[in-house]
Amino acid sequence: MAKMNLLQAINEALDIAMGNDDTVVVFGEDVGHFGGVFRATAKLQDKFGKDRCFNTPLTEQGIIGFANGMAAQGMRPVAEIQFADYIFPAFDQIVNETAKFRYRSGNEFDVGGLTIRTPYGGGIAGGHYHSQSPEAYFTQTPGLKVVVPRNPEQAKGLLLASIRDNNPVIFFEPKRLYRASVGEVPEGDYEIPLSAAEVVKTGSDITLLGWGAQMELIEAAAKRAENDGISCEIIDLRTLMPWDVDTVAQSVINTGRLLISHEAPLSGGFAGEIAATIQEQCFLYLEAPIARVCGLDTPYPLSLEKEHMANEHKIFEAIKTCVNF
Amino acid sequence: MTDNSAQPQHCTEATLVDGHALVFPTLRVLQADGSLYEQAQLPQIDKASALKIYHSCVFTRVLDERMLAAQRQGRISFYMTCTGEEAAVLGAAAALDDADMIMAQYREHAALHYRGFTLEQFMNQMFSNINDLGKGRQMPIHYGSKALHYMTISSPLGTQIPQAAGYAYGQKMRGEDNVTICFFGEGAASEGDFHAGLNMAAVHQAPVIFFCRNNGYAISTPAEEQYAGDGIAPRGVGYGIKTIRVDGNDMLAVLAATQLARQVALEQQCPVLIEAMSYRLGAHSSSDDPSGYRSKEEEQKWREHDPVLRYKLWLQAQGWWSESDDEALYQQYKQEVLAAVKVAEVLPMPELSTLVTDVYDEVPKHLSEQLEQVKTQVQQYPEYYRATAGKEHL
Repeated sequence: MAKMNLLQAINEALDIAMGNDDTVVVFGEDVGHFGGVFRATAKLQDKFGKDRCFNTPLTEQGIIGFANGMAAQGMRPVAEIQFADYIFPAFDQIVNETAKFRYRSGNEFDVGGLTIRTPYGGGIAGGHYHSQSPEAYFTQTPGLKVVVPRNPEQAKGLLLASIRDNNPVIFFEPKRLYRASVGEVPEGDYEIPLSAAEVVKTGSDITLLGWGAQMELIEAAAKRAENDGISCEIIDLRTLMPWDVDTVAQSVINTGRLLISHEAPLSGGFAGEIAATIQEQCFLYLEAPIARVCGLDTPYPLSLEKEHMANEHKIFEAIKTCVNF
Repeated sequence: MTDNSAQPQHCTEATLVDGHALVFPTLRVLQADGSLYEQAQLPQIDKASALKIYHSCVFTRVLDERMLAAQRQGRISFYMTCTGEEAAVLGAAAALDDADMIMAQYREHAALHYRGFTLEQFMNQMFSNINDLGKGRQMPIHYGSKALHYMTISSPLGTQIPQAAGYAYGQKMRGEDNVTICFFGEGAASEGDFHAGLNMAAVHQAPVIFFCRNNGYAISTPAEEQYAGDGIAPRGVGYGIKTIRVDGNDMLAVLAATQLARQVALEQQCPVLIEAMSYRLGAHSSSDDPSGYRSKEEEQKWREHDPVLRYKLWLQAQGWWSESDDEALYQQYKQEVLAAVKVAEVLPMPELSTLVTDVYDEVPKHLSEQLEQVKTQVQQYPEYYRATAGKEHL
């Protein structure tokens, strides 16, 4: 085990993936010599050469279209979109092309080797063009896998699994935690399976569900609730699509209550999908309405960020309301 | 109308035209010592407007230096400088009518100052306080002013390029005597919006000036990794747009090129592309560190082409400016900027209700309800929500 931050863990995963497989190629805006604006790809060009780690022109649709082409002939491109807020110029390539390549060709062609890495999320005084959490747009697109790690150890294992998965994966990296989250990371090569949620902590009164940077806020709120005598079970969903219904449903059957928290706006957010599925599967076990603690249905503000965010205090209050229903 | 009447030429031998075949000349007027190149034509400029341009040069230099320092001190979260590109921005701005719409990318605040944006307005935006025209919603340097015909900046690159084509087309339909100018960098010219915007403007003949600041770098990526061939200018020709390349560090050449572009865009109701060859002397932004990707020697070489110094030498040669004038102006702006920082940084944040206003024309029910929930939170945790606690009634 070695102590490292989330960026270093991602860098190590990329290093291992490129070292083990010549078809893994890393590219995006500024990722070459500079190592990306966050330095996630630092030193990879030195080690693997300009053919396998390079800068692209500033064209997100170009980056993903290019990556689709490479993946279609068997390469494993890892394409970086500099901020998740800037994934939308590539939306057509991802939603209409990446996601449907296999289906529309009757499996004659696929782009299963593609992984799209992109930093997402707020709490960094980034205003609305450097803070968005656009995961829900992609969960509604059949053919894509959507993965969000919560800490360095998870990031390394999930990224390696994503790169080697034979389906296109969008890997959202919580940029607020890039340097803030430091932890023990296993050395060498390991994978954490996709589409498996993790029960981070067991409890009996309420299930708290989230992903990515939201997990540490959920854990902080749970700690306060425990002090008030409320026993919380905490689950990190990790893969949003296809998601692990069974683990969540089993937990809710045990606790009788569910709270889902995400950074993205409430309406149309992925929490709604989870709530609908769980009430279908667990209706007779529920002792309170499923609670959602999410971002406001407004663009992400700069100056009133605390008020906008689904933070620890909002989650804590919602836990109490849910348990006292 | 585009002239399609020319007879097509044919050949019987397969011949490839090289992508590098079209090489653009660069218009230049002013030499490094402040004198004009032989046979160079002076653009329309009088003493008053020449000095107004220079005032904005000095203001921008001072603002950039002071606010970058303020960012380093943690007083503002972010900053971007115009340093090295003042001539590209101000030469263009000074050729325009005050009512011509400016659609900037993010590094063109010198033009906004030239239009009359006050120091207080700059500060209120950067400190996202209660008096910010943008209500504290965007990062520093995302200025905008309807009164000054300066479209509010949006962070995503190149999005304003097709919008400028549409805005200009609207001006044409309304019979207005104005054009739109659209600034962007050579990096943004890689975005799909650039290609879409130029094509729309060319096909529909919109009176828009596309102004590319080719400053050599897109964050860390040098121009040669951004495009192949002879820069951005040949793309204008490729789209059927009248195009000119200019020395972007030469205030008088930029002024001359933009005066011509405006005249043609207005008289012929068509788009024009200007490519200004310059150099981004500073970092991409306060979050960037150029020492990771370019040498001090390279920067030093470009400092010798300093557009502000070159223009100052010309002003002095006209007898319109002196070193003591210069010193006094720098001192004046430094004091004013420092004083304005102190005022702006202690003003309160925008009201809590601004969280939910302007999302739609009127606040819908679900957002009113969400605001009420936030107010309840603020009352429960006043220590956590210090900026808004006690103002929930607003």
